[in-house]
Amino acid sequence: MYFDLNDEQQAIKSTAHDFLKARFKSERIREIAASESGFDEAGWKEMAELGWAGLALPEDWGGQGLGAVELAILFEEMGYALAPSPLLSNTIAGLALAAGGSDEQKERWLRPLAEGSLRGTPALIDAGGPAEPMKFSMEPGEALTGTKTLVLDAGSADFFLVATADGGRHLVEKGAEGVTVTAEESLDPTRRLFSVRFENVRPEATLKGSGEVYHPVFHRACVALAAESTGLAQRALEMSVEYAKDRQQFGRPIGAYQAVSHRCAQMLLETENSRSAVYGAAWAADAEPESLPLAASTAKAYASDAGWRVPDAAIQVHGGIGFTWEHDLHFFLKRGRANAAMFGDAKWHREQVAEAVLAGETAPASA
Amino acid sequence: MVIAHGSDEQKARYLEPILTGEEIWCQGFSEPESGSDLASLKTRAVKDGDEWVVTGQKVWTTFAQYAKWCMLVARTDPDAPKHQGLTYFLMDMEQDAVQTRPLVQITGEGEFNEVFFEEARVPGANVVGGVGNGWAVAITTLMNERAGLAFGAISQIQNSLGRLSKLARDTTSNGATAAEDPYFRQRIAQLHIEVETMRLNAYRGLTKTMQSGIPGPEGSLGKWQWADINQDLTELALEIEGAYSMLARGSEHAVAGGAWQYSFLRSRANSIEGGTTDILKNIIAERVLGLPRLR
Repeated sequence: MYFDLNDEQQAIKSTAHDFLKARFKSERIREIAASESGFDEAGWKEMAELGWAGLALPEDWGGQGLGAVELAILFEEMGYALAPSPLLSNTIAGLALAAGGSDEQKERWLRPLAEGSLRGTPALIDAGGPAEPMKFSMEPGEALTGTKTLVLDAGSADFFLVATADGGRHLVEKGAEGVTVTAEESLDPTRRLFSVRFENVRPEATLKGSGEVYHPVFHRACVALAAESTGLAQRALEMSVEYAKDRQQFGRPIGAYQAVSHRCAQMLLETENSRSAVYGAAWAADAEPESLPLAASTAKAYASDAGWRVPDAAIQVHGGIGFTWEHDLHFFLKRGRANAAMFGDAKWHREQVAEAVLAGETAPASA
Repeated sequence: MVIAHGSDEQKARYLEPILTGEEIWCQGFSEPESGSDLASLKTRAVKDGDEWVVTGQKVWTTFAQYAKWCMLVARTDPDAPKHQGLTYFLMDMEQDAVQTRPLVQITGEGEFNEVFFEEARVPGANVVGGVGNGWAVAITTLMNERAGLAFGAISQIQNSLGRLSKLARDTTSNGATAAEDPYFRQRIAQLHIEVETMRLNAYRGLTKTMQSGIPGPEGSLGKWQWADINQDLTELALEIEGAYSMLARGSEHAVAGGAWQYSFLRSRANSIEGGTTDILKNIIAERVLGLPRLR
């Protein structure tokens, strides 16, 4: 089994890497994080020009038609660069539209979304509820009433895909009557979270699909997010190694001391494991969809932990300077920690794995 | 090692009986005073005509009692810097000047041996990779061992995981099975997740080896991870057994015939044999991450 990126995928990776490195320097990320909206209009336009808004969306509707592996490559680089962008939420909205929309709905909403001229975001979690993935309590009907929370990038989105108790998705424009968007204070200032109140709101459209149609969308979203966390870990590891080579104490670079070097080795182990789990799941999404749920939970569980523990360890390697606002590491810790709790935390995904490997199935032949 | 460093004659002579299993090999690396610091080894080989005469002692030599051949690293130039005075030999174990003595492990078995050489003889043609080049050949052996060990161990660990799941389903405490207990479910799932990452890492490592020809220091990651997982797995089995975990092989009430007690004890060596986990972390830090050496 050949398990590496092919030439075309390598090209996507290096294009993304170079663009994001040039576009999101530390000062720029800080500007966006400190801004009122948290949204980078110019950066979005450039990403749209690169075709990223529709990277994994069907070619028939203006996308590039690439797979989950390419999406993972892109999001690993987004994490590495700590890019503040609605690309994740927009991609998920696009995948949901592609999975459940009618041709007419796709023409009207998916095409502009894939081209980057309209932005969508899923509105899934019911405020005050248990925030469990794929479980919703808002009543479906002619008009929607209730509050969705932890909505990604609602401030810069043009429309919401609102989930209801029957597993359906309803398209609501942000400007529709009865919609109120309130910004939350997010742990991660580079990705904004919002609450959206729907007061007797008539949806613009209701997608034809429901329930299980959106499960693969959820699993692909988990893999993309796990890829982003892997990128965060990779960058935090590189920053630590560089610092450990450079910083001198007791007359030697601190990286010569095993307390530091073994910590770095642990960070490498977790980063590589995370990457393997992510690309294994991304491969499954495209090539072996029946194994995607288990593979996605494996990847999201592992990357949930590694995505914040590696930046956390990086802060320890850096010592006092790593704890300052001036150093960038805290942004990586915050993004990683928020990612860990998004789309099902490690505990939730481990439970899915336990269910798959323990429940009912006959034990593999014992030795 | 024979593939990477052996002469054409050596390849023709040794490879086939290795593949068919006709000739068993053991690895004569570690010595009582040279464990992790392997390059400090003292076993001497002195040239005598067309032959080398070997005197010294090896230890932790797995299957030495059954082996026809020994991959032996000995010091041929005591005046050279420690990494440069070593030579790699293929030694015939079937001679009176070679004596093996089993070491009893914490499991009660004797898998490892001490091996004593009292002027044992090796033909000059049995040097691999040239006189004085033994360190490089030894490193190739170890990298292959680590890459191969981790890869080959995956199906064994998957099998153990299957047995662990069965144990969890069969063990009841407070009216529920361990397989229904949220704490055990989390831990079993985590082991599955880690085994899966290890399996995928092994494929990535294999792809890299196919591209470059020689396993890199990244193989150290797999060996480290394998040791961690195997130890966690056997610890969890004893935890699931609860108070019954006090009973070992031979006891009527021992769970699964005491198999997990044996595995628990045996797995303690996983982070020591074939390069300790602490040393593997040094290798990863220095050779993969490029961090400075302390020495």
